[in-house]
Amino acid sequence: MEQSYIQISNGQLALAAALILINVILSVVLQLGLERRLAIASVRMIVQLLLVGYVLEWVFTLRNPLWVLLVALAMTAMAGASAVDRTRRRFKRIYWNSFFSILTSSFLVTGLAVSGIIRVEPWYDPQYIIPLLGMVLGNALTGISLALDRFTEDLVSRREQIEAFLALGATRWEAAHKPIQEALRTGMIPTINSMLVMGLVSLPGMMTGQILAGASPIDAVRYQIVIIFMIASGTALGTIGVVLLTFQVLFSQEHQLRLERLNKVK
Amino acid sequence: MTTEPMNEPIKQRDTQAGLAHGSLLSVVNLSRQLQGQWIWQGISFDVFPGDRIAVVGPSGAGKSLLLRALAGLDPVQAGRIIFDGQPMERQFMPRYRSHVIYLHQRPALTEGTVEENLQQVYRLAIHRDRTYDRNQILHYLKLLGRTADFLQRPSAVLSGGEAQIVAFLRALQLSPRILLLDEPTASLDVETARRLEALVQAWQAETSQTAYLWTSHDPTQLQRITDRQITLNGGG
Repeated sequence: MEQSYIQISNGQLALAAALILINVILSVVLQLGLERRLAIASVRMIVQLLLVGYVLEWVFTLRNPLWVLLVALAMTAMAGASAVDRTRRRFKRIYWNSFFSILTSSFLVTGLAVSGIIRVEPWYDPQYIIPLLGMVLGNALTGISLALDRFTEDLVSRREQIEAFLALGATRWEAAHKPIQEALRTGMIPTINSMLVMGLVSLPGMMTGQILAGASPIDAVRYQIVIIFMIASGTALGTIGVVLLTFQVLFSQEHQLRLERLNKVK
Repeated sequence: MTTEPMNEPIKQRDTQAGLAHGSLLSVVNLSRQLQGQWIWQGISFDVFPGDRIAVVGPSGAGKSLLLRALAGLDPVQAGRIIFDGQPMERQFMPRYRSHVIYLHQRPALTEGTVEENLQQVYRLAIHRDRTYDRNQILHYLKLLGRTADFLQRPSAVLSGGEAQIVAFLRALQLSPRILLLDEPTASLDVETARRLEALVQAWQAETSQTAYLWTSHDPTQLQRITDRQITLNGGG
């Protein structure tokens, strides 16, 4: 592979770590109490990223689509589980629902993107599919956990209103419509906000990376646009999916609100 | 569980089949379990047109749960509810609930004025073929000693009793066949409570085809406005 970028040696990494060292010294001198947490966070970040680097090096050598799919599935399972971990109210099939939503939405979007838009050859080339999927998953998981949290909280806090409507002859869909809308809106806030300020306030990390690696800014921007559309669509699909599945669990076919299926955690 | 007459001899009914002649609603061996405990078991009774039924029993006997079950808002663990000759599970619940309306103990209104709250229900698919009848509401309001100004009040500034009135009118305007009233006057002052009682009587007298079930902690109120009672003893 041609190197159009400056490689970073271990010594240079140590110099970068020195940037944090300045803060640690300041914290000790001024007794700010930050040094411990800064140090722990720095060490964790280094270890995790180096590990991921080695894992990715190995993943990128995979030439068997089954292995690539397996890695993708493992990533999806982790994303599905951590989306649920941040919610305060759970129900029996919540992990399964979250996994199913994030799996269908992110695989569909990433699959369409690599095969139909970017046209990667072969389609399972891990160098494309894994980072792209990772970005879609990371954003979808935020959307899903926000929407799940908002939806279940809303159902609990607006229970009397929802039941009053049911008692007056509303269908479960009519009674749940407002909370569903609110949950989807909440789940999409981070994605839509970041789309609105994209390039003005922040240069997306992926684009920065590509530019540093020698890509022309125009090319990097084009990639970024594709990615943003993937992220927005994946997040919207995943969020809609998980809210609808949750709706099916918490509202019965008999148009009853079944909040007893919800358990509070912590 | 017993059902006994208060002021009037109890009507003869065939609780076995739960299909007594002319009954609006038949309840057959209804049982409710909550967290492994039976709240009530084997309840059977019929509701006939013109019935004014009190549901009595100590706190925790499941009076609200019985009314909620009759409205199909909660699952029951055994028994059947038959309305219009059809078991509840074979009915489209929104349609069923447009005939058998449950009124919560604590009224839940949405943002907006009283009138907007009253109009809102007509947007539900099941009521779309009807239209909001302001004159009817004004007529009811008059019985409650209120004027048309009341309709323009924002729901947020209503007292608990006033909100209860709005929730009540919201249900009444849909001309239900059975009203399930869960402590409807608990948050009302004596004067308003009496007017609400009068309104319920007036509503029922309109057609004499309707019935209501009423729970209350006030025995003298029940004496006034109901003819027979269903007693829940608690623990089955």
